Amino acid sequence: MSIGLSHYLIVAAILFTIGVFGIFVNRKNIIIIMMCIELILLAVNINFVAFATHSGDLAGQVFAMFILTVAAAEAAVGLAILVVYFRNRGDIAVEDANLMKG
Amino acid sequence: MGQFAYLTGEVVIALSALVLLLVGVFSGKNAASIVRIGAIIALLVFAFSGYIFNGQGTAFDGAFISDDFSRYVKTLIGLTAAATLWFTRDYFKNEKLDHFEYSILLLFAVLGMGIMVSSANLLSLYIGIEMQSLALYVMAAFNRDSLRASEAGLKYFVLGALSSGLLLYGMSLIYGFTGEIGYTEIASFLSTEQASGHGISAGLVAGLVFLLSGLAFKISAAPFHMWTPDVYEGAPTPVTAFFAGAPKLAALAMITRLIIEPFGDIVHSWQQVLVVLAVLSMLVGAFGALTQTNIKRLMAYSSIANMGYALVALSAGGQAGVTGMLIFMSIYLVTVIGTFACILQMRTRDGMVENISDLGGLSKSNLPLSLIFTALMFSVAGIPFFVGFFGKWFAFAPAFEAGLGWLVVIALLSSVVGAFYYIRIVKTIWFDDQAQTFVKAPRSLAFLSTASALLLFPILLLPFVSAPLLGVIQSAAASLF
Repeated sequence: MSIGLSHYLIVAAILFTIGVFGIFVNRKNIIIIMMCIELILLAVNINFVAFATHSGDLAGQVFAMFILTVAAAEAAVGLAILVVYFRNRGDIAVEDANLMKG
Repeated sequence: MGQFAYLTGEVVIALSALVLLLVGVFSGKNAASIVRIGAIIALLVFAFSGYIFNGQGTAFDGAFISDDFSRYVKTLIGLTAAATLWFTRDYFKNEKLDHFEYSILLLFAVLGMGIMVSSANLLSLYIGIEMQSLALYVMAAFNRDSLRASEAGLKYFVLGALSSGLLLYGMSLIYGFTGEIGYTEIASFLSTEQASGHGISAGLVAGLVFLLSGLAFKISAAPFHMWTPDVYEGAPTPVTAFFAGAPKLAALAMITRLIIEPFGDIVHSWQQVLVVLAVLSMLVGAFGALTQTNIKRLMAYSSIANMGYALVALSAGGQAGVTGMLIFMSIYLVTVIGTFACILQMRTRDGMVENISDLGGLSKSNLPLSLIFTALMFSVAGIPFFVGFFGKWFAFAPAFEAGLGWLVVIALLSSVVGAFYYIRIVKTIWFDDQAQTFVKAPRSLAFLSTASALLLFPILLLPFVSAPLLGVIQSAAASLF
């Protein structure tokens, strides 16, 4: 059995679903949410590269490079905000982020 | 110069952000004021650059487009961003938050918005969104010693990053099933596909739904609105004012270009999505606001509902729908600036107050502010002959003509529910017992709130302003077709 486009797409879809569910189901730690966000972005990258290779078009590969770059910037900003939050709260449990409700 | 002529406004913003960063570092004690003035000048240049330098066309292999639509939207974005930046002057000084970095972050956010509005392929759309969002996350958490603000920033970041993920997954599917990322290429692919009798593939429709869901997060349309009330309440008030204005318009303009240019031929694939988003946003906005006691949270639900009304206009599609959306959003932005200028005047000797009950009996202590607040609330509630009424009229009429009568009925009913809580504020101001005594407001705030209240008072200005402005808006909408 040769590995075709659909296999890559299925892997990407599974990773994407794990990432989205990880954000909503996870009740423990905000760092895990950050990891789930990275998982989503990498799933998208697999999609882009698979489609680009399949159709022989470079735009998808370029897109994947841009996503990698932006993901790095996003992780930096996210961790910085998390550090600020930790200084104020002393904890990064998801359940504690509930000051505002309604 | 060449193609850079089409993005003069963005170049001005980018360069002045970098220069002002250096100026801020080296100018010591007054850094924040100097950088703020510089940033406001840059924003005003950005606002009118499209009309001054008259650049229309595409740049960078069709990744960036400048047309009447982008020029008009950028004018509104530049003006609202400048007004909300001016809000920070007294507020940040009082809260001991007056760091010059805020102005720089705002400039970068506006740069991202400029790219979003002018994006003509999926890659520049993504870069624009991220450029804007990364600056906005930091701005939400700008008061870094406050637990509320940092929690707001954290929530905004997590949900914003999730929405970027949805958006990108949708883009990857669209790229996979069309083989293109440029708007014109996708449009021509779809029209040949339809001419040859093939239907639209399910993968493409799924991609479009993912893409629109990701964008719905950015305009806080229900069911993707969960972050809005928390972020509006937690962020410092001038930041909330900024969030309620410019980013909403930029994201809405981007959705408009996206559904009209590449996907204009497959109206039925996106119309249902927009209708669902519009109905849910109007209902959540109307009923969610009923129980709120904090005025910033109330404004959050109000903006969710208003995004619903704008989506009603958009889901009509066509030139009339885009015109209606632009008129509605122009009026909405004036209301937002005026209302937040009023909220920022709710300062007692002990600091800012944010509860609706704190407005009790305001008419006895501060008659001008009460009149202005009342006019703004009547306008946003859509009481006839205030300008807000005409905004809703122009937003709903195209949807009615496009055969979405039942959607207009829901919109009208939710406007009625909305009118209840706007008018409850008016009742608190005029008929309740006096709760607080506000200190005298800075003149700039009083000026901005008065000016926007006058703009919304049709008998004074409408005959002079409406005809030329309507011409500009109509040519802006026409340039998309």
